[in-house]
Amino acid sequence: MALQKDHYSGSPRAGKQRDQNYPNSPTVKTNGQRDNPIPSSPSARSTAFDSPSPRLRHRRRRSTEFPGDINRANGSNLMTASESKYRSMWIRTCSSLWMLGGVIFIIYMGHLYIWAMVVVIQIFMARELFLLLRRAHEERCLPGFRLLNWHFFFTAMLFVYGRIFRQQLVNTVSSDKFFYKLVSGLIKYQMVICYFLYIAGFMWFILTLKKKMYKYQFSQYAWTHMILIVVFTQSSFTVANIFEGIFWFLLPAALIAMNDVAAYFFGVYFGKTPLIKLSPKKTWEGFIGASVATMISAFVFANVMGQFQWLTCPRKDLSTGWLHCDPGPLFRPEYYPLPWWITRFTPWKEMSVLPVQWHALCLGLFASIIAPFGGFFASGFKRAFKIKDFGDSIPGHGGFTDRMDCQMVMAVFAYIYIQSFIIPQDYSVEMILDQIMRSLSREEQQRLYVKLGDILWQQIQG
Amino acid sequence: MQKENAADAQSAPTTRLRHRKRQTDVNPGTGKPNGSHLLVNDRNKYKSFLIRAYSTVWMIGGFSVIVYMGHLYITAMVVVIQIFMARELFNLLRKTHEDRQLPGFRILNWHFFFTAMLFVYGRILSQRLANTVTPDKVLYRLVSGLIKYHMAICYSLYISGFVWFILTLKKKMYKYQFGQYAWTHMILIVVFTQSSFTVANIFEGIFWFLLPASLIVIDDIFAYIFGFFFGRTPLIKLSPKKTWEGFIGASVTTMISAFLLANIMGRFQWLTCPREDLSTGWLHCDPGPLFKPETYALPGWILKWVVPLQFPWEEISVLPVQWHSLCLGLFASIIAPFGGFFASGFKRAFKIKDFGDSIPGHGGITDRMDCQMVMAVFAYIYHQSFVVSQSLSVEKILEQVITSLTLEEQQALFMKLGQMLQERL
Repeated sequence: MALQKDHYSGSPRAGKQRDQNYPNSPTVKTNGQRDNPIPSSPSARSTAFDSPSPRLRHRRRRSTEFPGDINRANGSNLMTASESKYRSMWIRTCSSLWMLGGVIFIIYMGHLYIWAMVVVIQIFMARELFLLLRRAHEERCLPGFRLLNWHFFFTAMLFVYGRIFRQQLVNTVSSDKFFYKLVSGLIKYQMVICYFLYIAGFMWFILTLKKKMYKYQFSQYAWTHMILIVVFTQSSFTVANIFEGIFWFLLPAALIAMNDVAAYFFGVYFGKTPLIKLSPKKTWEGFIGASVATMISAFVFANVMGQFQWLTCPRKDLSTGWLHCDPGPLFRPEYYPLPWWITRFTPWKEMSVLPVQWHALCLGLFASIIAPFGGFFASGFKRAFKIKDFGDSIPGHGGFTDRMDCQMVMAVFAYIYIQSFIIPQDYSVEMILDQIMRSLSREEQQRLYVKLGDILWQQIQG
Repeated sequence: MQKENAADAQSAPTTRLRHRKRQTDVNPGTGKPNGSHLLVNDRNKYKSFLIRAYSTVWMIGGFSVIVYMGHLYITAMVVVIQIFMARELFNLLRKTHEDRQLPGFRILNWHFFFTAMLFVYGRILSQRLANTVTPDKVLYRLVSGLIKYHMAICYSLYISGFVWFILTLKKKMYKYQFGQYAWTHMILIVVFTQSSFTVANIFEGIFWFLLPASLIVIDDIFAYIFGFFFGRTPLIKLSPKKTWEGFIGASVTTMISAFLLANIMGRFQWLTCPREDLSTGWLHCDPGPLFKPETYALPGWILKWVVPLQFPWEEISVLPVQWHSLCLGLFASIIAPFGGFFASGFKRAFKIKDFGDSIPGHGGITDRMDCQMVMAVFAYIYHQSFVVSQSLSVEKILEQVITSLTLEEQQALFMKLGQMLQERL
């Protein structure tokens, strides 16, 4: 796919060169980023060589999956194809480095900026996906239909982030009387507001149904809903993770990137048995090697990341300053004495393990076994609808959705894992707290607090 | 105009059902020449009327019995309706040719259905389930464990369905399979959103389920009646048999009957009391301030022409809930019909006559439920936003805290509340 993005390819079909017949030719654009000849197995995993980006998912080489395509006369295209290969490699490296740099910078800036980045990514993804199955001819007959998509997008955003930031918003504006009233009013009626926005969109949709365009309009409506659900579920969970602590956002993302890179390397060096028909370049050796590597790096990353308070502290409001907190028992190192055969040969007597590293192992297991299915899903989807890429926002990589497909699956799992196993959930207590927060004013809450204190005191006494 | 409303004429006595919008012609617009078809229509009209009336009566009867039986049985009825709706909709856009090549693909649909059911009803009924099994120690621990890991369990089920879907992708069938996958998701979302909200309403008190449903039925009936007698200006291209006169007349009638029905229904504790657990016995409770009658003295100008008629009332008693039901009635008359328009447009877009044929004379269950779905969601959101907060007070929450939380939980709540208030200062 890389050469599709390439504007410099000499021959118009340079992008479609296949590597099956000419495994050692440098014109292989499929695994085009590497300089070394690709192993003859067409199913070798070929993630990009831009390994230093811990944050990115590398593109699967999708282009070799049409084995029926005939190789053009390679001889005449050799020079231009290899030129274009290097060019595309260069483009990919550049954009990867830019992305990596941007992500690191934003993480340094803090939770609020990461949230903004997630929202921006979300908007781009939604735009790509909205555009994907649109047909220009019908669109001309339906002015204003695109606006409906963005109306639903806005409603979904209000709904999702309103729920997540309920507590944080209230904490942020508690100082200002006027804002406090406004914000608590908004929170209280958030569901109604979002519902009426949705119903307005629903009615607008029905009122703009045009004869002979019914089927198109209904499929666009369904498509919009599916997109918004996919995009917002994972991004809302990502944001919820971020505010629990950047650690819970960074670790899963890094694991996915690590899994990709490792799978590529193992595939290049040992790849032999194809993994799945959907992505013929993936191999079992790459898969298993990457799983092991991911688990190990999960263990190590968790240790490294867990030492920074900036990454481990939850953010209770929407401020941007520095954070200090008691990280909790998960991030306090526990010491295990090393077995004798290590202590004999090295100066280390015991190793310190943060309890969170065991959790990271579970995350790593999921990232290596199940998260790749997100990539398979996206590949199958593109194949089903005969599209090459979801978009072309990122030079050399395709669109945002191409980058994010495995990350999405991982983000949802990370959120559910955190909510189920890491945060001690007190279901009924949470429910009642939620009720108190939503339905009582501040004075009433204080009254409740005082009364509850009295009751508990009496119970302890008598 | 009269001919268009004719097919609806005979199903007037149904208080529970939505009347079928004219599906007999998929092509709207051109009115058939009246003269030549009248007699033929008449004969078919009466026959279909009989079928419709028969199934209507059965439905009403069954429904009343179930309402009498209680919350758990109504929930069971909702679940059954849900299953039928999902089956109808799953079958709708399936293509038999492709299906033959994909054995076991249908099971995937039901796997997702089961997962959605577990997720949705687990969330809604978890507290009540916990309340039911409190006396038994073993069950209680099992149930609280399930509740705690409920989200993780449902997620694992969903992910296994997702992985299964990807592993069964077959070459050349990709587009069909993805289409079916998306369709499954949309169906489950539509079906489960509204049914979960319906069940949540039921357990808040049958009143909050019965009132919206009746309002939709009344709106239908009176739209037909007004359209029959006064209908002249067409309302919307999608459903050419609807008229503005029918619409407006039905709105007024629905609002009035909302006011009255709320008064009648609000007197029965069986209907107004919330159910805190999954038992089936009789209910007694303090209905709350919403159902306590307030008396208003009738204004002077009404008294003036009422008293000469020897009208004994000088004041009327109004339950506060009647004002809420006015809002419900407004929604039921103005916005809920859009659910019907949506279904009509959908059927027209995909050139299908009916969603199914489970109910003789009426079509499928989805045909009956299209407006009800929109109303159920609104009723739930309205109830959660405006009614619950009114009936909650410091005392009520304290009572809840004392009765449903253990001592440790109460202390945890106390500490968390303290933290929250502290952070605000």
